[in-house]
Amino acid sequence: MDTAIIIEKSVLIVAVFALTMLMAMYATLAERKVAAWLQDRIGPNRAGKGGILQPLADGLKLFSKEEFLPDTPNKFLFVAGPAISMSVALMTSAVIPWGDKLEIAGRTVIMQATDIDVALLYVFGVLSVGVYGIMIGAWASNNKFSLMSAMRASSQMISYEVAMGLSIIALLMMTGTLSLREIAAQQSGMNWNVFYQPVGFLIFLVCSFAETNRTPFDLAECEAELIGGYHTEYSSMRMGFYLFAEYASMFISSTILAVLYFGAYNYPGMQWAVENWGVNVANIIGFLALFAKLCFFIFFYMWVRWTIPRFRYDQLMRLGWQMLIPLAIANIFVTAICILWSDGNLF
Amino acid sequence: MALQTMSLSGRKKEVSNKKMTFLERLYLWTIIKGMMITIGHLFTRKVTIKYPEQVRERSKVYRGQHLLKRDEQGRENCTACGLCALSCPAEAITMTASERKPSEKHLYREEKYASVYEINMLRCIFCGLCEEACPKDAIYLTESKVLVPSQYDREDFIFGKDKLVMPLTEAMKNAQLKNAN
Repeated sequence: MDTAIIIEKSVLIVAVFALTMLMAMYATLAERKVAAWLQDRIGPNRAGKGGILQPLADGLKLFSKEEFLPDTPNKFLFVAGPAISMSVALMTSAVIPWGDKLEIAGRTVIMQATDIDVALLYVFGVLSVGVYGIMIGAWASNNKFSLMSAMRASSQMISYEVAMGLSIIALLMMTGTLSLREIAAQQSGMNWNVFYQPVGFLIFLVCSFAETNRTPFDLAECEAELIGGYHTEYSSMRMGFYLFAEYASMFISSTILAVLYFGAYNYPGMQWAVENWGVNVANIIGFLALFAKLCFFIFFYMWVRWTIPRFRYDQLMRLGWQMLIPLAIANIFVTAICILWSDGNLF
Repeated sequence: MALQTMSLSGRKKEVSNKKMTFLERLYLWTIIKGMMITIGHLFTRKVTIKYPEQVRERSKVYRGQHLLKRDEQGRENCTACGLCALSCPAEAITMTASERKPSEKHLYREEKYASVYEINMLRCIFCGLCEEACPKDAIYLTESKVLVPSQYDREDFIFGKDKLVMPLTEAMKNAQLKNAN
């Protein structure tokens, strides 16, 4: 029994890890392709059919570059920076429910690496550690521009974490649970949270852009003011890890958006599919549904990137502290009143 | 109408610093409008030309490398009048005139010819004014794809008659074509 669980969980973890890596790889290609398409170009199309092998070529190039180590007293931290970024980006995927359950050889397999009660808190905790990867790497670079970039990135991420947390509280009041699995299960059918929490979704969406350092909140990278960004001193695969971590966290935050607000693996008619086609088929379709939703959000990230110019720094802070946080608090109050009203406890 | 408010193009827009309304300050609607514009570009025809496989069509007035022409009997047209050198805005053309000897009647069409004809390709701007100035139909800018091949020495960019004069075989071919017609 115990070995079966270990094997089952190992397979799941490896599968989720592989999926995250693959998606991050192909997100880089998708980014370039979408950028090209939105600008009436074709994009990379030489490596493989239609450019399908481009991520491999990029990776090979990064691997073959010289690993430059700047003259810094913090060599250990310099190496630790990208490692933290990368592991944090990958750790979040542990609690995501990819589907309800599968039935293999009489065993019920939950399509989730770990089902912990405080999954949502775990996600937030791990995401906030992400800022350390950037901060430590830039600090160890012994370069004032890198440090300035990291200051921008970290103050931005910390500011928007507040609004993000507040927007989630309204959702928690509705769902009454922190487990992502239960939140997903509550949204069966078309009972998606986005219909009940549109403002919360909007705040969460804007904050996810800020958390992943994507345009219009990509102030951490700026050639004109900061030479490069927090990774100016990095080269070879360490640099690759930073870039890769950005795409991995984009993938994860797209998934979380889909799970929290867009019904996770649920699709209309899932109940019917379970009864008629069996649990396995229904859940594989469910996984594909989740996959389609998160792909849409990844596309959305890129779509926004090529539409909206970046904020000025004071605008960024004003939006975070003076707009989103009051709005999130108001959202909590409105949600509370609605819940009381629907329970008949108001007045 | 006052001069300050007049619009010649009809597209003049008065700039105002009026305070934005609450809805305008949200920017949400504007962002959605902008995103609709960008998504529209996802489906437009791409302008890229896949270069080695596809080659952009040349303009009809394309001007490539120069050619000093021969007539149907293989004689050089140029009489070294110097009008091309005079018309050249970049002063790229120089020549030395010589008198034709009786034994050279099959080589040059008229009594005077250019014994040296040089174009400095570093100076040439391919404007085609030499072609327009030539009264003898001697110099032409061709449709050649090669403009000026790269070289190591500046001297190599001065193209002499060896590179400029039309090869005899081509002159023969032209003559045959003309006879056939």
